[in-house]
Amino acid sequence: MKVLKLILKNPLRHKLRTFLTILGIAIAVIAFGLLRTVVTAWYVGVEGSSANRLITRQAVSFIFPLPYSYRDKILQLPGVKNVSFGNWFGGIYKDKNQFFARIAVDAETIFDVYPEFLVSKEELENFKKERNACIVGEGIAKQYNFKIGDVITLEGDIYPGRWEFVVRGIYKPKYKTTDATGMYFHWEYLNERMKEEMPARAGDVGWYIVQIDDPSKAAFISNQIDAIFKNSAAETKTEDERSFQQGFLSSSSAIITSMNLISFVIIGIIMLVLGNTMLMAARERTREYAVFKALGFSAKHLIGLIMGESLFIAALGGGIGLALTFPIIAGFEQVIPKGFFPVFQIEPVTVILAVSAAILIGVVSAIFPIQRALSTKIIDGFRFVG
Amino acid sequence: MKIPFKYVLRNFKTRKLTTGITVAGVALVVFVFTAVLMMANGIQQTLVATGSPDNVKIVRKSANGEISSIIDGETQNVIRTLPNIAKGSDGAQLISNEPVVVITLNMKDGGMSNVTVRGVSPTVNELRPQMILLQGRNFNFGSRELIVGESISKRFKGAQIGETIKFAGDNWKIVGIYTTNGSGFDSEIWGDAKQLLSAFNRGNSVSSVTLKLDNANNFENFKRAFESDRRLQEFEPKIEQKYFEEQSELLAGFIKILGIFITVIFSFGAIIGAMITMYAAVANRTIEVGTLRSLGFSRRSILTAFLVESLTIAIAGGVAGLIIASLLSFFSISTLNWNSWSELEFSFAISPNIIISSLIFSVVMGFVGGFLPSVRASRLKIVDALRAG
Repeated sequence: MKVLKLILKNPLRHKLRTFLTILGIAIAVIAFGLLRTVVTAWYVGVEGSSANRLITRQAVSFIFPLPYSYRDKILQLPGVKNVSFGNWFGGIYKDKNQFFARIAVDAETIFDVYPEFLVSKEELENFKKERNACIVGEGIAKQYNFKIGDVITLEGDIYPGRWEFVVRGIYKPKYKTTDATGMYFHWEYLNERMKEEMPARAGDVGWYIVQIDDPSKAAFISNQIDAIFKNSAAETKTEDERSFQQGFLSSSSAIITSMNLISFVIIGIIMLVLGNTMLMAARERTREYAVFKALGFSAKHLIGLIMGESLFIAALGGGIGLALTFPIIAGFEQVIPKGFFPVFQIEPVTVILAVSAAILIGVVSAIFPIQRALSTKIIDGFRFVG
Repeated sequence: MKIPFKYVLRNFKTRKLTTGITVAGVALVVFVFTAVLMMANGIQQTLVATGSPDNVKIVRKSANGEISSIIDGETQNVIRTLPNIAKGSDGAQLISNEPVVVITLNMKDGGMSNVTVRGVSPTVNELRPQMILLQGRNFNFGSRELIVGESISKRFKGAQIGETIKFAGDNWKIVGIYTTNGSGFDSEIWGDAKQLLSAFNRGNSVSSVTLKLDNANNFENFKRAFESDRRLQEFEPKIEQKYFEEQSELLAGFIKILGIFITVIFSFGAIIGAMITMYAAVANRTIEVGTLRSLGFSRRSILTAFLVESLTIAIAGGVAGLIIASLLSFFSISTLNWNSWSELEFSFAISPNIIISSLIFSVVMGFVGGFLPSVRASRLKIVDALRAG
């Protein structure tokens, strides 16, 4: 009990220093939380992927199309429940800085294979009926204030020309990791215009989304699909959605790795700060510790005293930092370009990591001073002058 | 009267561990700060070096990168009629109509990544004289052969001379490895434009047109002629160098924003560390300060002595961080450039500007961290100070 009281009293002896240290730890926790959130935001596509969807794309690379005729061939395979497809449209809305995914899709099936996009029945029916209708995600609907009946005009690049779409529905994300920043419209509409303007490119499909019954057969069905089109003009590469998304990520891995690295450097820096504080405190109290020892307090008490104080400061700093992380991340989300990260939020694992980091800082910072306090002989302690 | 600098140095000796920890903290912060700036600078330098100042690149206005740009044959013919296009040694106009595609290749250290394949016209040697063959020979126009950039051959399996890459239903033989001295072209694969167009079934629609001007100063003139032609209104000409520089904006901008955000937060940590150290230094030396004052040293010289101490710590940390960071220039890393959707290799590049900003940054940290404690030291009353402890 007495030790506990001392633990609470000791930090108050140098209020300014303790305050600065707490501030330092809080800032480090905020920085850590922010970086981890950027890293997890990157992985949202992977987290949001479903185990019963396969993605079939051209083997050479994703920019090459596949023939529309592949659809029926894939559908005939046993274990395949549904096949949908999409084309990356690209283009510009207003100016080049307004980025969100615009994808031409099979209107009939796309919302069946993506059940995590929640659309009301009525809106979906209206979308299916109208040739140039589109459905947009809640995220971009909010950002650009799209309402049902609005016309979105895009300037095409991959598909040159001016394109107009009518908003007939707004989808909501089912999970937190669901991307609600997409715009989906009829592939038929795109294809008809291609038939007129660029007949060579009519009937092109960007990628197929294959829904399967049993996720455990993903690898088997993937191989089967690729085997059908082997040695054709457009060979395919099929993989489950998760691997597909990870493939995209691995190419940016250098940046992700460096951010991961930096987030741990922060912890290192703040360990130095708190370690320094504790070291100075223990140094000033050398004579006190000698008194404790002379009075018969054991090593256990001294360890408890120093470790307790260190943990107390770390916990306080960590708590304040964590509490501030939430509003700061909300602020950061406003600053970064829209559409950069479809989902930007603090994951539970980030909170756990930040808390454990604070505890780790507290423990490690106490090691040096404890070692010093224990190894000092009573007689040397009494003789010590600042 | 000034307090000798020796006094400051001696003080570091008595508190080795604390001083060392503070220097290490500052060094870490400066290291991260410098490394981030070097990374952003490296990307920019690589892409700026890719373009030439007297080459003009023409792409579709609405395209974000070359792969999403399409220029049909008719437009290519219109471009040929424009003024100020340089002529080569054989009298032909220096124009390269280039299809650009992205293919996936297996990397040496596992995984797959995207690589840009660029089809070039026979004029390319005069258009881009910076290209030098390192090994093998150039590809023959009219055959399905490729040459690969230096960094592609380093990092991708099967991108060596004699190997074949399979795409577009055909085998393409690699016959040479080229370098462009660390520019973005080193992360590409080149082949005959006509062969690539026919293999990909693209007719004669290329992605971009690059041409050399007879004189770099004539760009405005060229641009005027270009813009007054109504058939070209969907396209836009840019100096090649500027075009590639813009291609680096997204990635370099992201790294910079994030990096500066992080270092600002970091520097708070380091400033607090310096402050704690300096406050402790003042508190421990209260009697000393009293002695110095009674010997006749002024408040100002006490203030200066402590500030110098703090600045010395910060500069020592700054220099250490800078030296460690500059070692990074020997490394090059590769990542996906979001504009071209393909791999780009670049190195950490240091510049005088970065060195100066890092040093200023560390001086500021030392000054801010040391100022308040120094003020406290200088304000101590002689009598109280001598009695303390």
